[in-house]
Amino acid sequence: MADLRVNFCGVELKNPVTTASGTFGFGHEYGEFFDLSRLGGIGVKGLTPTERLGNPAPRIAETPAGILNCVGLQNPGIDRFIAEQIPFLRQYDTAIIANVSGNTVEEYEGMVEKISDADVDLIEMNISCPNVKCGGMAFGTQPAMVEEVVSAAKRKAKKPLIVKLSPNVTDITEIARAAVSAGADALSLINTLLGMRIDIETRKPILSNVMGGLSGPAVFPVAVRMVYQVRKAVSVPILGMGGIRTGRDIVEMLLAGADAVAMGTVMFADPTAPVKALAELEAWMDAHGVKSVRELSGAVEV
Amino acid sequence: MSIQEICRAASNTRLGEGLYQLVLDAPQIAAAAQCGQFVHIACGEGNLLRRPISICEAGEGRLRIVFQVKGSGTEWLADRKEGDTLDVLGPLGHGFDTAALGARPVLIGGGIGVPPMLQAAKCAKAAGAAPRAVLGFRNRGAVILEEDFRAVCETFVTTDDGSYARHGFVTDVLQELVADATGVAACGPKPMLKAIAAIAKQAGLPCQVSMEERMGCGIGACLVCACALKAENGETRYGHVCKDGPVFNAEEVEW
Ligand SMILES: Cc1cc2nc3c(=O)[nH]c(=O)nc-3n(C[C@H](O)[C@H](O)[C@H](O)COP(=O)(O)OP(=O)(O)OC[C@H]3O[C@@H](n4cnc5c(N)ncnc54)[C@H](O)[C@@H]3O)c2cc1C
Ligand SMILES: Cc1cc2nc3c(=O)[nH]c(=O)nc-3n(C[C@H](O)[C@H](O)[C@H](O)COP(=O)(O)O)c2cc1C
Ligand code: FES
Repeated sequence: MADLRVNFCGVELKNPVTTASGTFGFGHEYGEFFDLSRLGGIGVKGLTPTERLGNPAPRIAETPAGILNCVGLQNPGIDRFIAEQIPFLRQYDTAIIANVSGNTVEEYEGMVEKISDADVDLIEMNISCPNVKCGGMAFGTQPAMVEEVVSAAKRKAKKPLIVKLSPNVTDITEIARAAVSAGADALSLINTLLGMRIDIETRKPILSNVMGGLSGPAVFPVAVRMVYQVRKAVSVPILGMGGIRTGRDIVEMLLAGADAVAMGTVMFADPTAPVKALAELEAWMDAHGVKSVRELSGAVEV
Repeated sequence: MSIQEICRAASNTRLGEGLYQLVLDAPQIAAAAQCGQFVHIACGEGNLLRRPISICEAGEGRLRIVFQVKGSGTEWLADRKEGDTLDVLGPLGHGFDTAALGARPVLIGGGIGVPPMLQAAKCAKAAGAAPRAVLGFRNRGAVILEEDFRAVCETFVTTDDGSYARHGFVTDVLQELVADATGVAACGPKPMLKAIAAIAKQAGLPCQVSMEERMGCGIGACLVCACALKAENGETRYGHVCKDGPVFNAEEVEW
C-alpha cells in the first residue's frame, strides 16, 4: 500500500488531493456524491470581507477541453463562512483551506487576521482572480505589489499562508520569489488564464464580463510548466493545480514539483473525479513500486 | 438528491427537424424525479461540460427527454442508439410546486420549453387538479408532444406563423383562460416567460417559471448559472438555476 500522506507546511494531509477554490462551493453538493473525508483537503469558495453578489450571467463559456468563467467571487462573506460553513466542514476528516481575497492591502490583512482565528487549517490568499475589478489579479501581477500585500498579510497570519499565483504574467518565477521573500509559507498555482469567446452570430462576447478565466484540461501543460519553473526558483511547498483530470495527471504535477494538488473543473464533467483520481494514483504508485507520494515531488528528470 | 447513474438508452426517436426523444433506463433517477427537474448529461469526450435537459416524463424506471439539436452536445445526444450508455446526473434542481397552482392551473410551454410541462400536467392531474395546457410553436414542423398532452388534459396549440392550429401566441390563449384559472406555470424563451408573468400578476395568479442558464457543475457548487432575483431590500441578488431553480416564482425574478 502506497503512503499517500503529505506534510504541507506543517499540516498533515492524508493524501495530496484537494479541491480547487470556487469549483467546490463549501462541499455540500459534492458531498452527495462521495465522502468528503476521502479528500486530503477542501479548498472553499473565495471569501471576501462582506458578501459579494458576483457578475451577471452568462458566467461560463465552454472551450475546447476547458471553460471560461467570470463568477466574480460571489460569496456570503467571511463572517457567514465562519459561522455557517466551518461547523459543517469540520464533520469531515479533511483539512480546510480557506481562500481569501480583498480589494485593498488592508482588506487582505483583515481577512487573514480574521480567518487565522477561525478553525481552518490553511489560508490560501488569492491575489490572482481575473474576474473582479479591484484587487484580485491586480495584486498578483506586479512583484512590488505582491511583496507589499503578502508581507502585510503574513504579519497577521497565525496559520500557514499559501499565496495563489496568477499565470497571467511574463515571468511567474519573479512573482513566486516576491511572494516567498515577503513570507509566503507555500504557493498555489495556477489560477485561471485570462481568455475570451465571441458568439459569431450576435458578434457579442459570450461572457457578461467580456473576458473570463480559462481552466480545465486545456491549461494542464501550462500549469505543469509553471509549477516546474516555480519549483526551481523557490523552496516552499507547492499546491499544484490547473486542468488535472486523472491519477496520472496528479503524478505528472507532482513530478513537476508540486507537493499536493487541487482539482476543479474536471468535477463539472465527473463529480467523483477526485476520488477516482486518488484510486488511480494509488494503483499507479503500487504498480511502479513508489512507496511514498513524497518521493514523486519534483522528481522530474530533465 | 443528486444521483450519478449510468443509463442505457431504451430508444431514440426523431420527432421532427432537429427534434429527438430519448428514453433512458434510469431506475434510480426516475424514482426520485419530480416535475420540472432536469438531468445533466455527459455528451461524449469532445464536450467537457454536461448538458442540462428537462425531464419530460419519469416513471416505471425510465426517463424521457425531448431535445432540439443546437450544437455539438445535443448532436451527440441525437446520435445515441438503443443500447448505448449515458452518464447522467439527476434529478437536479427545484421543480414545479403544482399544489401551489390550485385546482385549475394553466401550464404553458413555448418551443423546446414544452417537454417539462408534460410531467407537470400529469403531476397536477394526479393530485386532483384539472390542468389546461397551452403549447406554442414557431410553425407546424416544430410541434411536439401534442398527443401526449391531449391524453392528459385540455390542450391549446398555437403557431407563430399560423401554419398549424391557432395563429398567434400562447399569451393570447392565456388571456382567455385567466378568468377561471388558479395558477400559471411556464417554460420557454425568456421574453415569453416575462409576458406570461405580467399577465399572471395582473390577474393576481401565482406564477412559476422555469429559467435557463449556462451551467457548469449543475448541482450548486460553482455558481456560474446565475439568475437575477429581487432581494428583500429591493436590490438584485443572484440565485442559481441549477439548485434554487430551474423553477422560480415569477414575482422573484428580476426581468
Ligand atoms: C434547466 C434546463 C433545462 C433544459 N431543458 C431542455 C430540454 O428539455 N430540451 C432541450 O432541447 N433543451 C433544453 N435546455 C437547453 C439545452 O441545455 C441546450 O440547448 C444545450 O445545452 C445546448 O448544447 P449544445 O452543445 O447542443 O449547444 P452549444 O451551443 O454548442 O453549447 C455550448 C455551451 O453552451 C451551453 N448552452 C447553449 N445553449 C444553452 C441553453 N439554452 N441553456 C443552457 N445552456 C446552454 C451548453 O450547455 C454548452 O455548455 C435546457 C436548459 C436548461 C438550463
Ligand atoms: C467556476 C470557477 C470559480 C473559481 N473561483 C475561484 C475563487 O473563488 N478563488 C480562487 O482562488 N480560484 C478560483 N478559481 C480557480 C480555481 O481554483 C483553479 O485555480 C483553476 O480553475 C485551475 O484548476 P482546474 O483547471 O482544475 O479547474 C475558480 C475556477 C472556476 C472554474
Ligand atoms: S451550474 Fe454550478 S452552480 Fe449551477
